[in-house]
Amino acid sequence: MAGGEAGPDGDDAAAPLLVRATVRDGAQVRFTFDGRALTAHAGETILVAILTQGPHLRAFEFAPAHRAGFCLMGACQDCWVWFEDGGRARACTTPITEGLRIVSRPPMHAGTPR
Amino acid sequence: MTRVAVVGAGPAGIRAAEALHAAGVAPVLIDEGRQAGGQGYRAPAPGIALDMHALMGSQAGRYEALHAAFADLRGRIDHRPGTLVWAIEDGVLHVATQGRADTLAFDALILATGAMDRVAPVRGWTLPGVFTLGGAQVALKEQGCLVGRRVAFCGSSPLLALAALQYHAMGAQVVGVCDTTSLGEKVRAAPRLAASPGTLARGLSYLARLKRAGVPLLFGVAPETIEGGSRVEALVVRDAAGRRIRLACDAVALGHGLKPETQLAELAGATFDFDPARRLWLPRIDADGRAGPGLYLAGDGAAIGGADAAEASGELAALAALADLGRPVDVRRMAALRRRVRRLRTFQMGLARAFAWPARSVADMGDDVTVCRCENIDAGEIREAARGGLVPGEVNRVKAITRCGMGRCQGRVCGSALQEIVAAEAGVTVEAAGRLRGQAPVKPVMLSIAETDAP
Repeated sequence: MAGGEAGPDGDDAAAPLLVRATVRDGAQVRFTFDGRALTAHAGETILVAILTQGPHLRAFEFAPAHRAGFCLMGACQDCWVWFEDGGRARACTTPITEGLRIVSRPPMHAGTPR
Repeated sequence: MTRVAVVGAGPAGIRAAEALHAAGVAPVLIDEGRQAGGQGYRAPAPGIALDMHALMGSQAGRYEALHAAFADLRGRIDHRPGTLVWAIEDGVLHVATQGRADTLAFDALILATGAMDRVAPVRGWTLPGVFTLGGAQVALKEQGCLVGRRVAFCGSSPLLALAALQYHAMGAQVVGVCDTTSLGEKVRAAPRLAASPGTLARGLSYLARLKRAGVPLLFGVAPETIEGGSRVEALVVRDAAGRRIRLACDAVALGHGLKPETQLAELAGATFDFDPARRLWLPRIDADGRAGPGLYLAGDGAAIGGADAAEASGELAALAALADLGRPVDVRRMAALRRRVRRLRTFQMGLARAFAWPARSVADMGDDVTVCRCENIDAGEIREAARGGLVPGEVNRVKAITRCGMGRCQGRVCGSALQEIVAAEAGVTVEAAGRLRGQAPVKPVMLSIAETDAP
């Protein structure tokens, strides 16, 4: 999603997955996802910050596919994301904070071609 | 000083902590969530403006009362939000907060760990845009987000209609509510549901409002596939008459009722029995929630009963713990709570029939359907393992062979389907196929926390 690539099913493939349905009064927060500069609102989770602006969270390990979370309550572990400097987070329960540099696959693979 | 630990700050944990505090035994209340309330009574995150009074509807009063009780309590007790209990041994909790490890000794332990959605796998359910029914509600309540613009609700749960109505009210197009239980089954369950006429009437009113809004309501459906290239494009089902129906959508919410989070109870020494009505393994508790010496279980993590039963069973478990610690307790209050918990859980038995786990269709799912989302294991691989091996038809063996249930969710998501497929393939009962064993850490923790662990 970072480059806005189109999937096999056309331009809609890059559209955001989630829709903000309410007003946000939290401060603007800047972060990056796969190198792309984005902003979100304080109070949002990493999952919401990413999926309101793109179609998925991470590359799936065992097949050419992506994942975007499932239970949204910290149980299924489907929504893992990683940080450029190492470490990982469960996107559905981790707040977005200023300056996070998030990647969709473990950093050791970050340099490999997609 | 006597230390009572309460794990989980939903309706059961909050009411337990409140009762302990009132008796002069200030508890430690540990919660993995950053904000108290649990799943059903999840509050908006700070910065998200949402009219919860409108969204919670007839439950708004209880939602507001619980959060008010917690606001009053939080400064008076040791509340530890954002804290995972990842192991329990010999009267000690192992916890992780913000990447730091700690231990906490207790004299009595009340587990109020709640529940998550039970989901029957369907072809295509790993696509981005498929969420659990509870997840769809969390997105809305905590984050003020819809999981899509055109959303299909599928499964079998009283929350299906409620969530669909909440999504409709917040501006989503609800393309269909697809219930896998037939109307005939629901009618047969009606006598038990009549035990709580108010709740039954509320459920029927949700359906009537959805119908007035023009939302297609289907009963007795068989989900066939969730279509899409890189994300959800449609939910395809067979209706009760066998007709193929394609609902174009960009998100699907799936839920077949709830399954208790019992991993910590298991580590703390609880015994488990198979519940043939729900086809779930549940911890054995007495009428007050006792599960062993100094161990108490409350709320949906002990027995599915809903939020009202959770509040009552939380207070009851706390009073039982106090009585066992030799403190004076109000025995009339305990008796009243016991009756209330029993009545509400009996009603839930009726719901378990009206919104049934689709055991037959899960056992019969196609070989190509992914069962284990973590490790990418399909039904065919599970069937092959269930036929062979030294102990055919035992879920822990099949887990060892296939890795289904061994991934990062530790079988929380696939476990119910795994047991049905294994039992059917091996020709044994689900009970005989056994119970997936839990183990520490109950959720993944970073190895780096070991460096911070106190000796």
